[in-house]
Amino acid sequence: MHKKAKYNYLFKNQGDIIMTVEELKGLKSDKVVDARGTACPGPLLAAKKAIGDIQPGQIMEILSADEGTKSDIPKWSKKQNYEYLGSIDEDGMFRLFLKK
Amino acid sequence: MANELELQVKQLEAQLKELQENQPKDQLSIIVFSGDLDKVLAAFIIATGARAMDSEVKMFFTFWGTPILRAKNKSGKGKDFMSNMLGWMLPKGSTQAKLSKLNMGGMGTEMLKSVMKKKNVSSLESLIEVAGELGVEIAICQMSMDLMGFKKEEMIDYPHLSYVGVGTYLSDAQESKIQLFI
Repeated sequence: MHKKAKYNYLFKNQGDIIMTVEELKGLKSDKVVDARGTACPGPLLAAKKAIGDIQPGQIMEILSADEGTKSDIPKWSKKQNYEYLGSIDEDGMFRLFLKK
Repeated sequence: MANELELQVKQLEAQLKELQENQPKDQLSIIVFSGDLDKVLAAFIIATGARAMDSEVKMFFTFWGTPILRAKNKSGKGKDFMSNMLGWMLPKGSTQAKLSKLNMGGMGTEMLKSVMKKKNVSSLESLIEVAGELGVEIAICQMSMDLMGFKKEEMIDYPHLSYVGVGTYLSDAQESKIQLFI
């Protein structure tokens, strides 16, 4: 298990079911949004733009190089009533998963 | 007894309706008073972020914030001497905004801009454009326009632009959950 995965709980909302890194890695994302080329608020805007392309129940993955996104996406998901699934820290980027 | 209850229920219903109507909306209103690059940048980052969160956003530009919305390549006609002087001294649009700290005669501002580019932070110009696409509403204080002698024809082409007075701000702020003064 990745070292940082245990801190996932820091960013979860009440009621979120956070998946483990293994479970997240096994997910098949219906849409991948690469927002690594943007800083705040870029990843949030990119997520907002892309969420319209998927159907309820489908999974979206957001790639970001900005650590703030790890806190922003769970909060955003909660407000929009999406299900935040968790994140994976990889070399210099974060992969965040949510279900519409 | 039954009549009394009915009356009470009706009163409660009326009170509830009144409360619901006066409940602030999922709306953010920002007064942009400052014309400093760093502060206006923060205002637009918050505004665009709020639109991503599906909140309504209303920005009110007044005083030093007003020149930020001048278009670089436009000019107003029929100005008096003082207005011309003011127009010449005040920044002509967002590209001429300076940092509130460490400006160092413009050197600091240029340095920050190059660092922003390197770190993929959007420029103020592109944030304003994105704000327009996302439906951020901008209202400009008419009094500031008159005071600084700006003409409507010299302001930027922004899709949701209006010229208002303090009453409009107050009534919008009253129904906003979040209010900021920058």
